[in-house]
Amino acid sequence: MRHRAPKANGGAARGDRRNLQLAFTVAGHESPLGARLRLLEGFIGRTEVADCAQYALQWLGEQLGVSQSICMVKPAGEQSLFTVASYGFVRNEVAGFTLSLEDWANPLVAAFNESRLAPFPTAHSAADRRRRPHTPFEDLPFQAVPLGVSGVSEDAFALLLTAWQPSAPRPELQWFFQHFGQKLDQTLREQSLSDGDRKQGRERSLLYSIINAVTDPILLTDTEGRLMIANARALTLFTASEEESEGRRGAVRMNNMLLSSALSSKAIEETGASRRELLLVNPVDGSDLLFELLSTVTEDPRHGTGVVSILRNVTDLRRASEEIEENYRRLRVAEAQARAESDRLNLIIDSVADPIVVTDAAGATSLMNEPAERLFTMRMPASALQQRWVQANDAHFSSFIAGMLVSADRRRVGEIGLMDPASGEAMPVEAIAGKILSEHGELTAVVTILHDRREALEKGKLYEQLKQASDELERKIQAATADIAQQNELLRRQAIELEQASALKSQFLANMSHEFRTPLNAMLGYTSMLLQGVAGPVDAGVKRQLSRIESNGRHLLAIINEILDISRIEAGRMPLQLSQFDIPALISEVKAELEPIIMRSKLTVVLDVQKGLRPIRSDRQKVKQIVLNLLSNALKFTHHGTVTIVARRNAPDRTLTVSVNDTGIGIAPADQERIFEDFRQLDNSPTRPYSGTGLGLSICRRLAQMLDGQISVKSEVGKGSAFMLTLPLKGRR
Amino acid sequence: MRTNVERPRVLLVDDYPDAREMYSEYLQFSGFDVIQAANGMEALQQALDASPDIILMDLSLPVMDGWEATRRLKADKRTAGIPVVALTGHALAGISEGAKKAGCDAFVTKPCLPEDLVKEIQRILDEASPARKARRSGKHAKTVG
Repeated sequence: MRHRAPKANGGAARGDRRNLQLAFTVAGHESPLGARLRLLEGFIGRTEVADCAQYALQWLGEQLGVSQSICMVKPAGEQSLFTVASYGFVRNEVAGFTLSLEDWANPLVAAFNESRLAPFPTAHSAADRRRRPHTPFEDLPFQAVPLGVSGVSEDAFALLLTAWQPSAPRPELQWFFQHFGQKLDQTLREQSLSDGDRKQGRERSLLYSIINAVTDPILLTDTEGRLMIANARALTLFTASEEESEGRRGAVRMNNMLLSSALSSKAIEETGASRRELLLVNPVDGSDLLFELLSTVTEDPRHGTGVVSILRNVTDLRRASEEIEENYRRLRVAEAQARAESDRLNLIIDSVADPIVVTDAAGATSLMNEPAERLFTMRMPASALQQRWVQANDAHFSSFIAGMLVSADRRRVGEIGLMDPASGEAMPVEAIAGKILSEHGELTAVVTILHDRREALEKGKLYEQLKQASDELERKIQAATADIAQQNELLRRQAIELEQASALKSQFLANMSHEFRTPLNAMLGYTSMLLQGVAGPVDAGVKRQLSRIESNGRHLLAIINEILDISRIEAGRMPLQLSQFDIPALISEVKAELEPIIMRSKLTVVLDVQKGLRPIRSDRQKVKQIVLNLLSNALKFTHHGTVTIVARRNAPDRTLTVSVNDTGIGIAPADQERIFEDFRQLDNSPTRPYSGTGLGLSICRRLAQMLDGQISVKSEVGKGSAFMLTLPLKGRR
Repeated sequence: MRTNVERPRVLLVDDYPDAREMYSEYLQFSGFDVIQAANGMEALQQALDASPDIILMDLSLPVMDGWEATRRLKADKRTAGIPVVALTGHALAGISEGAKKAGCDAFVTKPCLPEDLVKEIQRILDEASPARKARRSGKHAKTVG
């Protein structure tokens, strides 16, 4: 399409493309001479600069194969070169192309001023492009030819830009430059560019600039759908040079096809504007571009019917609309999330048992949870007192917050003395406040958590009391411990003293016993000797008195012996001598020893010993002493009847009992325990009828206890007594 | 050892003069030859000088006690064969053991009636001299208490 068919010469019918083609073909076979002739002939009838130039360029292209060319002219009095004709370009590509002659740096201006031919080879790089002037040739090779009266010469008034055509014959070119120069000069002299033409040219160039500046593609097509005018934006969509990539050219072909079908004959036949959507391909990156196509049929008396199409890119619009929709959706999601977050936050705040108050930067309450509401808001009905408490709470809290707001601290912990409006109790709270800052550091809110200190204080008080009580207790225990230690020490000393006293007592008793015996020994000895008549015969009266001395002496000796026994037992100085022995033999022995007394008493003594009694393990001497004592007691307190000694084994608890049963005077129940006490005979009078020290039973009980046994009594006054000694079969010690 | 079948010689050792006198009188009355000593030291001397047939030794004595004197008598070959009868007012357990350990042949607790003491002396002398036993009537000594 770039090779738009130029206008045929004035005689050719407008729009008859076929005839033109034919003419070109004929021209292509002309001889150089014929061609020269034809150019000169063409010049004859042309009187306008533009017309003349246009014709010349066409000849150049057709005859010498110069595919593209531009002719620029410097009108008299102007300091610029204006394009008057072009060949091989879409019209608007060259429309606004002018050169200021004051632009010294421009190589074209330089070439023009110096009237020399300047070649511009193909630009291959950005650096090449910078060196080249900006022309409609873009990167293609071309040459600048300043034209004067005699071709390329000084005093040039025109600049011809021609595509580089190495095959073009140089003589023909020279010839052309010369004659074209003469003709242009002539034409300019005869009919210099009128002001109107110049003004028109300027307006046209302005119009093209405007069209080019529009970012929407604008096209003018003929009724066949061929592109006549396209702005820069349209060119990128619908044109591609041979050098461009296959992909881009394919996209361009596709776009032309789509445009052609959109501008179908039917659409064009309708008068007025039509509006439809057109989807094209972006040749640069292959993306889809959606356009709104506005096409208007124009009737031009000079150029015939055409269609002006304006393509409005709605791709971005569509995308923008979609984006807006998406943003809106996101906004709604975010809003929902924020609401959920806020709900959750509220839930959390409400579920906290401690009062929480959120205050804004001005100190006004913006949020509080239920426990906080109880403190700071009035609940109806509220008594006057309750109202005062709430107001007081509010005032206290406000002053705390005010202090927080003016301070630089981000956190503050303080104590506020509030009142519980429900109960009227004083309610000291610990207030922990934190500032919430925006990302710019501006204070947005203050969050305050109040913690009821009553419980803690109460606990503290209780703890203090407990501690006091504990301390008190400890002091008491210490005192008591000290007391006990003192007592223990005292007791220990007393024990030692007692032990010493006891040892002294035993020693004393032993000594006393010795000291008693020594004189008693002499007394008894002499009495015995007197009674035996060692010193001569003694009469009956004296003998009776001596006997009284003797019996009292013996009684005294018995007392001394028994006291000694008790003191030995109590001092723990009576060692046990354990051995295995037979009880029946022991009983017989005791009976034999007391035989003289039995004989004197005329009592019957019966032995009732269980058959097959095994030997027992105990201290034989002590058992014998007990049995002897029990039997002699029985004999002493029985006047007539029988004394029975019974020995039985008690299988269940592995013990043995020796009991001495008499038919004597008996003991009253009230006295049955007293008889075991020291120096106790029931008749304690000096003239008591029964002899004995009164120590016998108490010694017996002590001895039985030493042997892990016991002595008990059963008795009835006037009927008799039974004394029972029970011993373990095997003494433990 | 000198033996006097007719009048056995008894060395009576006791620091209590009345007791010594009483036993001495009765022993002489009962037909014994009696020599006396008031402490352990004298007893050792008398035992060597007079060669008694038997010694009656009180244990609690001044100068030298009866245990020590008995040990020395038994340690001396010249006196080791003389039976020693311990005679004491101490009734505490352990006394008789101590006496046996010291070498006493018998132990008699005071108070002891003179006739009982004589019986005990007779018994020991009979044991020491079987020939004498045949002539003696067999009554046993008995302590009171």
